[in-house]
Amino acid sequence: MSNKRTFSYTVPYILWLVLFVVAPVVLLIVQSFGNIYGHFTLDNYATYFSSGTYLRMTFNSVFFAFIVTVITLLISYPMAYIMSRLKNAQFWLLLVILPTWVNLLLKAYAFIGLFSKTGTVNNFLSFIGIGPHQIMFTDTSFMIVAAYIEIPFMIMPIFNSLVELDRSLINAARDLGATPWQTLTKVIIPMSMSGVKAGIQAVFIPTLSLFMITRLIGGNRVITLGTAIEEHFLVTQNWGMGSTIGVILIIAMAATMFFTRDRKKKGGRRRG
Amino acid sequence: MDNKPKKWSYIYLVFVFILMYAPIFYLIFYSFNKGDYMNGFDGFSLRHYQDMFADTRLMEILVNTFIVALLSSVLATLIGTFGALGIYNTKHRTTKNLLLSLNNVLMVSPDVIVGASFLIFFTMIGMSLGFGSVVLSHIAFSIPIVVLMVLPRLNEMNPALIDAARDLGASNYQVLSRVVLPYAWPGILAGFFMAITYSLDDFAVTFFVTGNGFSTLSVEIYSRARQGIDLSINALSALMFLLSLLLVIVYYFISNYSVKSSKKKRGGAAGMVVHQ
Repeated sequence: MSNKRTFSYTVPYILWLVLFVVAPVVLLIVQSFGNIYGHFTLDNYATYFSSGTYLRMTFNSVFFAFIVTVITLLISYPMAYIMSRLKNAQFWLLLVILPTWVNLLLKAYAFIGLFSKTGTVNNFLSFIGIGPHQIMFTDTSFMIVAAYIEIPFMIMPIFNSLVELDRSLINAARDLGATPWQTLTKVIIPMSMSGVKAGIQAVFIPTLSLFMITRLIGGNRVITLGTAIEEHFLVTQNWGMGSTIGVILIIAMAATMFFTRDRKKKGGRRRG
Repeated sequence: MDNKPKKWSYIYLVFVFILMYAPIFYLIFYSFNKGDYMNGFDGFSLRHYQDMFADTRLMEILVNTFIVALLSSVLATLIGTFGALGIYNTKHRTTKNLLLSLNNVLMVSPDVIVGASFLIFFTMIGMSLGFGSVVLSHIAFSIPIVVLMVLPRLNEMNPALIDAARDLGASNYQVLSRVVLPYAWPGILAGFFMAITYSLDDFAVTFFVTGNGFSTLSVEIYSRARQGIDLSINALSALMFLLSLLLVIVYYFISNYSVKSSKKKRGGAAGMVVHQ
């Protein structure tokens, strides 16, 4: 195909790249240097770094995302490991994927019913004699729901790395006298690190930016970077500050990807 | 592996699956409740389904949501497929890598960033928020997944096919329509389905660019959920679950068909990830 021809049918795609990929990011960065009157200023960054509120909120957001990532990792690794050794592994993987196709808002909504004061979880807690408790609108409820939503995204990459793992290496380890525990810690886990890293990326970054869960379950408080951005853009209309937090979130994202980088990284939509 | 999975591992597997599915089935279960709350089942009734279908606002939003999903995924598939062809035909290595990285920017960016930056963009060019801005945003965030679904198919294609078609006198258009597009078809179809599900599932980006007058299902569920429990949402979730099940099955068959010919059989399930 000649160059001229190639150019003509890719025009919409190139337009998309310019208008919807490059321009919005540039505009976001420009906006972060503007005050509410649109003048250039470094005030937003100065406010961000000097006010304890923003820094505390950022720290909390990172802390919550960290806890959620650890919880999902602890639940998902054994799960992925067991699944990878089953005969119909692809079928089980499909069962893991199916809940991700259910609308996120519906899943969050289910927890409103489960966690409410007279809800199923509190009924159960009362039944075994340790309830009822206030579960809704707490940090714990936010972390439980976030972990629930993110589990499939942790299982999938770990599962893929475990399925790809060369079985003869495990047999070799056994032949050379390794105990099952040694085989696990010295062979299987190190060889599946690429999946673990991909899973961490897939969970940590979206958890930093979740805002609907904090609004619905976490009790309408600004506890993540995502909620802060939403608050500034749609509630207080301070786009400059919102963009500044957006830039901070992009930096946090880049840092996470840098620390968990892997040579055979696979693409996937990471939304949150 | 010499030793079979032990009993406890099956128990763990079942336990995690119960955790993953319990909230979804809990929602569906209470959609049949006679009462108005998600605690205490008062008896079987279909009245919340009646309420849902009688709710004209909700039905209107449902129709809107599907129009946005179909329109944006058709356009995203068109633009993305030709984009993938463009990347495939780019011979210069650095340009190709640059295009691929730019393609993935929207996929790795958190939704709030995409939503906020699109909001700035639409405001800057003076576009009013509503149906148009929502469709444009959905097209924009669906294009990269179409490219990622089509490009591997193109790379798999034997270049000799194109040369042969040329030698036999095919024009550029004929090469494209008779050789390249039919070969890439499973990838194009998979990309189209992913685009539909991205659009149906999206909340955050839509929430930023939707303005006041226009609403999609996710945004509506969000604003209703903030008011508290409404069992017609449960009825809706039951229908949505069936729809997702259907889409998953369709997608599974498409992608299994598309990997049938390829050497590495990675299973169709691996690519069908929707991250909200």
